[in-house]
Amino acid sequence: MWSGFSLRPDQASTIAKGVDELHYFLTAVTLFFTALIFFTIFYFMIKYHRRSEADRPAEIEGSLPLEILWTVIPTLITMVMFAWGSSLYFRNSRPPVASAEIFVVGKQWMWHLQHPEGPREINELHIPVGVPVKLTMTSEDVIHDFYIPAFRVKKDVIPGRYSSIWFQATRTGTYHLFCAQYCGMQHAGMTGWVYVMSPTDYAQWLSGGVKGESMVDAGGRLFSQLGCITCHVADKSGRCPPLQGLYGKAQKLADGRSMIADEAYIRESIVHPNSHHVAGYAPIMPTFQGQISEEQLLQLIAYIKSLRGEEGKAPKK
Amino acid sequence: MSVIPAEQLMDKRVHYLNESYGVKSWLFTKDHKRIGLLYLASITFMFFIGGAAAVLMRLHLIEPQGALVEPETYNKLFTMHGVIMVFFFLIPSIPAVLGNFLVPMMIGARDLAFPKLNLLSWYLYMAGALLTLSAIIAGGVDTGWTFYTPYSSVYANTHVMAVAIGVFINGFSSILTGLNFVVTIHKMRAPGLTWFRLPLFIWAMYATSIIFLLGTPVLAITLVLLGLERLLHVGIFDPKLGGDPLLFQHLFWFYSHPAVYIMILPGMGVVSEIIACFSRKRIFGYGLVAFSSMSIAAISFLVWGHHMFVTGQSIYAGLIFSALSFMVAIPSAIKVFNWTATLYRGSISYDAPMLYALGFIGLFTMGGLTGMFLASLATDVHLNGTYFIVAHFHYIMVGGAVMAYLGGIHFWWPKISGRMYSDGWARFAAFVIFIGFNLTFFPQFMLGYLGMPRRYAFYPAEFQVLNVMSTAGASILGIGYLIPLVYLAYSLRYGPVAPANPWGARGLEWRTSSPPVTENFEETPIVTAEAYAYDEGREPLA
Repeated sequence: MWSGFSLRPDQASTIAKGVDELHYFLTAVTLFFTALIFFTIFYFMIKYHRRSEADRPAEIEGSLPLEILWTVIPTLITMVMFAWGSSLYFRNSRPPVASAEIFVVGKQWMWHLQHPEGPREINELHIPVGVPVKLTMTSEDVIHDFYIPAFRVKKDVIPGRYSSIWFQATRTGTYHLFCAQYCGMQHAGMTGWVYVMSPTDYAQWLSGGVKGESMVDAGGRLFSQLGCITCHVADKSGRCPPLQGLYGKAQKLADGRSMIADEAYIRESIVHPNSHHVAGYAPIMPTFQGQISEEQLLQLIAYIKSLRGEEGKAPKK
Repeated sequence: MSVIPAEQLMDKRVHYLNESYGVKSWLFTKDHKRIGLLYLASITFMFFIGGAAAVLMRLHLIEPQGALVEPETYNKLFTMHGVIMVFFFLIPSIPAVLGNFLVPMMIGARDLAFPKLNLLSWYLYMAGALLTLSAIIAGGVDTGWTFYTPYSSVYANTHVMAVAIGVFINGFSSILTGLNFVVTIHKMRAPGLTWFRLPLFIWAMYATSIIFLLGTPVLAITLVLLGLERLLHVGIFDPKLGGDPLLFQHLFWFYSHPAVYIMILPGMGVVSEIIACFSRKRIFGYGLVAFSSMSIAAISFLVWGHHMFVTGQSIYAGLIFSALSFMVAIPSAIKVFNWTATLYRGSISYDAPMLYALGFIGLFTMGGLTGMFLASLATDVHLNGTYFIVAHFHYIMVGGAVMAYLGGIHFWWPKISGRMYSDGWARFAAFVIFIGFNLTFFPQFMLGYLGMPRRYAFYPAEFQVLNVMSTAGASILGIGYLIPLVYLAYSLRYGPVAPANPWGARGLEWRTSSPPVTENFEETPIVTAEAYAYDEGREPLA
């Protein structure tokens, strides 16, 4: 029963230390005020204990200076907490640019993880130490939540949209991965392990084992299989807009709106084509909702993102 | 404690309990005091059903792999515990039992403004409760009390609709109670009872009623939308149907965060009455305490987004919700300091109600301060969805609201029943509950910080030590709650007859006999001072 018992969680990411410092500050404030209130109550209870049934203590109306004092002091303390918590949160929310990217699909009751290089994992995530890693996540069914306590990171994984999270591991080791949003019968079983490896071990892991096709290749194969390629031809002769260089550009829609073509935009265009009908083209694209899994969608997006530059050059990688 | 041969003596005086007999005289009563007792019986029953579910959960979690039930059943247990305790115990507890009984008496009125509506509230509560209980008997529901979509609207195969309709119906009971209190407090105060002479319990009931009126309809709308999607597949929350799953959370917490204050504000009112009475002092800073109730009610509607910091809502929205959540803590802190200051130079006695009230202050302080960890964005990311949350809100709702409710029941029991209970047993129970409570929930703060998610039917072995401590505490707490049931029931028949004002309290409700006559007062009282005029020699202190 006592094995592995500890009162301090592992600190294994660049975020963890800062969160813990704030946590200790909050704990100190909590202990101080709890002790203050408990001590004062006990002191008054003893000191002003009713000695005779005839006791008639003199009235005290209140005290404006005291009221101001105990309004202002808590206000100042909470402002410090607010500023500290918010600035840390802002810093923790911004992923550094050179992040490695991994794709996550939550599904009752397991985690599917996919590395762009090809390897796919279930309920296990292998990452290199010291490298910022960005996860792009979605759910096949209900809301899940991706939580690595040792990294102090957590984010809901929501069907129909992409959420992202990033972290940089600081210590090699094995850490818990939990689903932190109740998702049905085997919610407690939707757990796994994060393996933080040295860069050489990680490179070895990536190249070893069953080497699947990369996400871009898988997406390219789907692009042909699903027939996308027949309309979305590279030159402008097709019936549909060409996708080369699409990613990250503003798209003008038929209803006059303009939207940046990010992951969410591309996903929405495949699943609900009519909601993102591009100006100048007839609304002829069929919906692919229900015919394509979230993992396949991520592969298609990876492929479309890889279509850079001119005239349908074969994608890099 | 001796048997008082005053049975016949008691029976000679006609009061609200013996004015008429028989089931019909209770089921068709329009007397706010009898309706309060109908609620008391029903919510006590629901409390022990919800409590039994909690005890089973804690026993199950004594082993990492789960000791008692299948995960499916565990999920139903925590859902049942949450739904029953929140909607059918905590929300109606103080308003519907003590509020019903006391609001008219405290303001010198004969009854609430709409007695028939008041009875209807109880029937709506019963309809909702029976529907929910029958859904549980038929197989239960496993969505959690929060009914998050699209799990609840599409994926759950349990009796979601029956329970949602039960909660929906029960909501109207809250709305009608709130309406009744607001009108009564505005229109039916005794001559001379100005707003700033009102007991703080009335201020708390008034603030709570406003939340009932403004918040509960939103819950009703949310549940209707949930039903539309679940039954008719109208796309509202499920992205596959073109809906937005987070919309549900916005709507749900728009009601359910203010609902937290529905549960705690009445407790604050009760504690203000008890502290004043047992230290024989006016509440320190009366005006600010009253004002803080109203400001809590107002700000409570603007903080719902702090339940959604990790859903991916905009970080700027997160920023504003974080700031507002810190702001709502200030009036609560002001109250705690004022209650503590009330003790200064008082004449303090340690009767059972006072022990509950002092326990409330301590536990509420801890619950409030641990709320700071969750209002602060960076720490919330780690603690959200873990046992830290469970511990925090149990400190508020059990350490706070339930302690205050029990304190209130003990304080007004002589008025309600006309009998005194055993003070020794009552103090002993308060002590057992305080110890059991802390042993149950304090380890959960640590579990949450270590990262154990809530709603897990089984868990990694390194969390076992703290879980065993929590289960041990829950066993003590469970027994603690049974003790008052026994001695209070015993007092009904064998307790000494209570005088009109056993505590030497100053409120109007103590000026009438115990138990009161059906009309509350033989003649309408004229008020010349505020409810805490303990230094005036209005009547001899008991």
